[in-house]
Amino acid sequence: MTPPPLLHCQALAKRFAAAGPAVLGPLDLAVAPGEFVSILGPSGCGKSTLLRLVSGLLAPSGGALTVAGRPPGTLDDLAYVFQDATLLPWLRVDANVETLLRLRRVPPAERARRRDAALGLVRLAEKARAYPRQLSGGQRMRVSLARALALEPRVLLLDEPFGALDEMTRDHLGEELLAIHARQAWTALFVTHSVAEAVFLSSRILVLAPHPGRIAHDLPVELPYPRNQETRRAPDYLRLVAEVSARLRAVEPAEASAA
Amino acid sequence: MSPRLLRRLPPFALAGLFLAGWQALHHALPAGRRFLFPSLPQLAGAFRVHGAALLDAAGHTALASLGGFALAAVVAVGASLLLVSSTLVRQALYPYLMGLQMVPVIIVAPILILWVGPGAPSVIIVTFLITFFPLVVNTTQGLLSVDQGHLDLFRMGRAARWQELLLLRAPAALPYFFTGLRIAAILAPIGALTADYLVGSTTGGRSGLGIMALLFSARNEIPALYATAVVGCALGFALVALVSGLAWIVLHRWHESYSPSDS
Repeated sequence: MTPPPLLHCQALAKRFAAAGPAVLGPLDLAVAPGEFVSILGPSGCGKSTLLRLVSGLLAPSGGALTVAGRPPGTLDDLAYVFQDATLLPWLRVDANVETLLRLRRVPPAERARRRDAALGLVRLAEKARAYPRQLSGGQRMRVSLARALALEPRVLLLDEPFGALDEMTRDHLGEELLAIHARQAWTALFVTHSVAEAVFLSSRILVLAPHPGRIAHDLPVELPYPRNQETRRAPDYLRLVAEVSARLRAVEPAEASAA
Repeated sequence: MSPRLLRRLPPFALAGLFLAGWQALHHALPAGRRFLFPSLPQLAGAFRVHGAALLDAAGHTALASLGGFALAAVVAVGASLLLVSSTLVRQALYPYLMGLQMVPVIIVAPILILWVGPGAPSVIIVTFLITFFPLVVNTTQGLLSVDQGHLDLFRMGRAARWQELLLLRAPAALPYFFTGLRIAAILAPIGALTADYLVGSTTGGRSGLGIMALLFSARNEIPALYATAVVGCALGFALVALVSGLAWIVLHRWHESYSPSDS
């Protein structure tokens, strides 16, 4: 028996002006607990909009959306990792990781426990007393991830979190993210521009088409976990990357594929 | 000479050059006009004669500067918090704040004398009027200039309005506040001196540098006038140094305007 979906969208739509065109939807989607779903699509197809709707940062213009059976924006165990690390520069790493817990009035002892656990997961315990400016881009992103993980989320929304990093760092962080996912089994919605990254990380890939944003392809990724450097050389992996790339190209508007 | 000492040399060399230039300028003037630009020994003489009085006056001016400055800082923070509460409040109040800066001190001065009498309170009020504007403008700007990503983060954390203000907007505004404070620190002694000149107490033992300048000017004691200017200058430097020190303590660990090696 399939478990009930954790994330459920029915005819979900978003328009920014009341009379304007829909930027997203109507869109139907069900995501089961523990799934790692990557969202690919050309610029302006509403990838980030979808994430912001799920997070509750944006209100839908139509349709229904529930996370764990509740309206978005009311969930304490939903975390968002932004494109930029968005660390508070005046706080040390440990205080940054605690920021959201502090806002939610988590008691100090519990805060410290979760902070240390999260910093351990991203392997940055030794940087706890550093300021963000003293960290590299990759380290900052790991702190940002730790801040999200400290919420002990059931749903993790990641909006191109590794987009600004070099390829090596990106690959490493991807592997770390999977290792943490294996231990914690949150459900991930992961927006990315990189097909290789999407295939490597996900159990399922959504390819969105623009104007208005809608799901063009919903593809399972049947590569076994745990995934590692071997996975990146496996024929099945390479075949999938090629296939997803082709599908992505097919939904790109003409001017974008010419560029 | 050690390289460390060598690195410290240029500022001292420049100071020596400055003093030599001063002396040269004095001698370059026609003999009949040299009194307009006193020589260094004449300046030193003025300090010998009036040093104690100048120091005493500087103390009064310093207190008035600090008083007006501190008052302006406190009121500016309060006003900024009010200004960021809504766009409507901001648009409605801004012209009045500008007005506060536009009012010519020279016109306010006689009114102040009528209201609170000459002396320290008047000087403090004038200093406040001069330093308030840069403080409130910078602090308000700082409270408004918050990164959109940080705002999203706080919204995701379902932060209350006061949490957003206290934990996000206030720390983000600190660098802006200190910029305002630096400008105000330069303006404050000038303000206090001018105020002293206009509304200072002439009662013996309570006059500031402005009154001293008035006195020396009336008595045509040019070297003493220059000495007063030097003391006023030093006061300005001291206040700026104080503010820079405070800014360093608060900002150097995390703000990009300080190099990471400072922390």
